[in-house]
Amino acid sequence: MEPTAYVGVQEIKPLQQLLEKVAEHKGCGTSSGTSGGSGKSSCGSSAGPADMSPEVWEKVKNHPCYSEEAHHHYARMHVAVAPACNIQCNYCNRKYDCANESRPGVVSEKLTPEQASKKVLAVASAIPQMTVLGIAGPGDPLANPEKTFKTFELISKTAPDIKLCLSTNGLTLPDHVETIKSFNVDHVTITINMVDPEVGQHIYPWIYYQNKRWKGIDAARILSERQLLGLEMLTAAGILCKVNSVMIPGINDQHLVEVNRAVKSRGAFLHNIMPLISAPEHGTVFGLNGQRGPSAQELKALQDACEGEMNMMRHCRQCRADAVGLLGEDRSAEFTTEKIDAMEVEYDAATRQAYQELVEEQRQAKVAAKQAELAGLAGADSDIKLLIAVATKGEGKVNEHFGHASEFQVYELSTTGAKFVGHRRVDLYCQGGYGEEDTLPTVIRAINDCHAVFVAKIGGCPRDELKAAGIEPVDRYAYEFIEQSAIAYFRDYLAKVASGEIVHQDRGDADIRQGAYIAAA
Amino acid sequence: MAYKIVSSQCTGCSACEPECPNVAIREKNGTFVIDPAKCTECLGHFDEPQCVAVCPVDDTCVIDKAYPRYQAA
Ligand code: SF4
Ligand code: SF4
Ligand code: SF4
Repeated sequence: MEPTAYVGVQEIKPLQQLLEKVAEHKGCGTSSGTSGGSGKSSCGSSAGPADMSPEVWEKVKNHPCYSEEAHHHYARMHVAVAPACNIQCNYCNRKYDCANESRPGVVSEKLTPEQASKKVLAVASAIPQMTVLGIAGPGDPLANPEKTFKTFELISKTAPDIKLCLSTNGLTLPDHVETIKSFNVDHVTITINMVDPEVGQHIYPWIYYQNKRWKGIDAARILSERQLLGLEMLTAAGILCKVNSVMIPGINDQHLVEVNRAVKSRGAFLHNIMPLISAPEHGTVFGLNGQRGPSAQELKALQDACEGEMNMMRHCRQCRADAVGLLGEDRSAEFTTEKIDAMEVEYDAATRQAYQELVEEQRQAKVAAKQAELAGLAGADSDIKLLIAVATKGEGKVNEHFGHASEFQVYELSTTGAKFVGHRRVDLYCQGGYGEEDTLPTVIRAINDCHAVFVAKIGGCPRDELKAAGIEPVDRYAYEFIEQSAIAYFRDYLAKVASGEIVHQDRGDADIRQGAYIAAA
Repeated sequence: MAYKIVSSQCTGCSACEPECPNVAIREKNGTFVIDPAKCTECLGHFDEPQCVAVCPVDDTCVIDKAYPRYQAA
C-alpha cells in the first residue's frame, strides 16, 4: 500500500500539541493513543440523545442542523434578508459576501421580508420536509433587526409550523433577547471564536458599537462580553443556543477548548467547530495572508476533544445565506426571486404533515435496522477504529454513484458501532458521464484518512485507483442503510484481521476542501 | 463638506442607512447615496461620521470636497 502519491496535507502539524492540551482538559487520554488516562467513564462519551435532556431532544430531533440524524430526513432554508453587518472578521470579505457563513464569490440575492416570506411558503409547499427557516445573513441578522423580525412575523402568521432560527455574531444580542422570545424563536446560533481578547484581536479588526468604531483588544473585549452575556440571557430565557466557532490554526485552535468550556458552562447545548475557509481568491485578510485552514485530522481531533464536554455538531455544511433544501443538497436555483414572483403559492399544512409522518416511519425503520446489526457486534473486543466514506443522497442510505457524489459522509467504526464524524466535499468526479482525470486525486485526498468508500455504483477506473491508494471501494451495500451496512462491514473487517487475511493499518490525514457548500451547476 | 459614497465600492449592504442621524442616506440602484444637502458630517450628533464608522468597506464613505464644510448652526 503506497498512498503517498495522493497525500496532499503538508507537514504543518501542531496536532500533537493540541492533543496534549486536550488530554489535559479532559483529564484523560485521547483516541490517538496519548496515554495517562484516568479511566473516567465520562471521557469520550459520544453525542446522541443519551447526552441530551428529553426536552432538548424533543426540540432538536427534527431539526436538520442540530440533530445529525435528522439531517438525512429534514430540510432547512435560509433567507438572505440581512445584508448589514456591525463587525469585521478577518475571514470575511464583505465585498463578496461572507466567505465563512455564506457562499463565497457571488452576492446572494437580497430579499425584502415580503419576498422572503413568499419564498418560504413556496419552498415549504414544494419540499414538505422543510421544517426550519433560518436567517443567517449575509451580514448579521441582529444588525438588521427590522428586516429580520418582520420576516419572522410574516412567517409565523402564515406558516406557524415552521421553526424559526437565527444566527448572529452576538454583538447586539443582549438588546434583542426579549424580541427573540416573543417571536417564539427557539434556536439561536452565536458565532464565538474566542473568549480572550488577546486572541480576539487577531480575528476581529474592528466592531461598530454605540455609534463608534472600536479596534484591537477593546473591540474583542466588548464583543466577547456581549456574546457571553447574550448567551446567558438566552439560556436563562429557555431558548436553545448553539455556538459556532471557526477553527483558525495558530490563532484560536488551542483556545477553542477553553471556548468550549466557557459556552458549555453558560448553557449552550451544541458546539459546532467549523474549519476556516480561506482561499486567496476570496480576498479576505486571512486568505491574502496565507492563513491556512485545518486538516481533516486536526479538525476531528479538536472536535473529539471537546466532545466529552458537550455535544459536538459535525455535519455543518457552512451553508450559504440563501441555501435551500436538505443539507448537502442545494435547491436554491429553483427558487429565485423571479421564479417565486411568478408562482401561485398555496400553503397546505395537511400535506406537509402527512409527508412528515412518512419520513418518520422511514426513520424508525433505519434505527431498527441499525440496532439489529449492532447486536451482532456485541462481545467483539478490539481497539481498532477506522473511518469510511459514504456516497449518499439522503434518507440514511448508500444510494449515490461514486462519480456523482459532491460530498462523502464520514463514519467512524469501532466496536461501539458506526458514528458520523463529518463530511468531505469534493468536486464531482464524473461530469457529463465520464470520469475527469484530474479530479480523482482530489477526491482521494479528501477521503485519504478512510479505509473504504461505500458507493451505490463505481466505474472500473476509479475503482483501481482507489485500491492503489489503499481505499477499498465497497458497492455491496448499494441502496441499504448506511449505519447497518457500516457495522456489517466492520464485523467482516475484524474477522479478516483475526484470521490474518488482512493486517490493520492506520491511514493518513486528509484535506478539507475550501469554500462554502455550492451545488454543482 | 458633506460625505459621499464611492458607489463602485459600495456593496449595498445597507449598514450605513439606519445609522445616519439625518436620514441622508438612501438606496439607489443597489448601492447607497448620500444627499449632501442633508449630511451634517454627524457634527453635534456623534464623534465620528456614522457612515464611515459602520461601513465594512474601507474608504467607501469619504469626504466630498465639492461641498463647503458644514457648520453646525
Ligand atoms: S459576522 Fe459574518 S458576515 Fe459579518 S463580517 Fe463576520 S463573518 Fe462576515
Ligand atoms: S456623515 Fe453622518 S450625517 Fe453625513 S451621511 Fe454619514 S452618517 Fe449621515
Ligand atoms: S455601509 Fe458602506 S458598503 Fe454598506 S451600503 Fe453603506 S456605503 Fe455601501
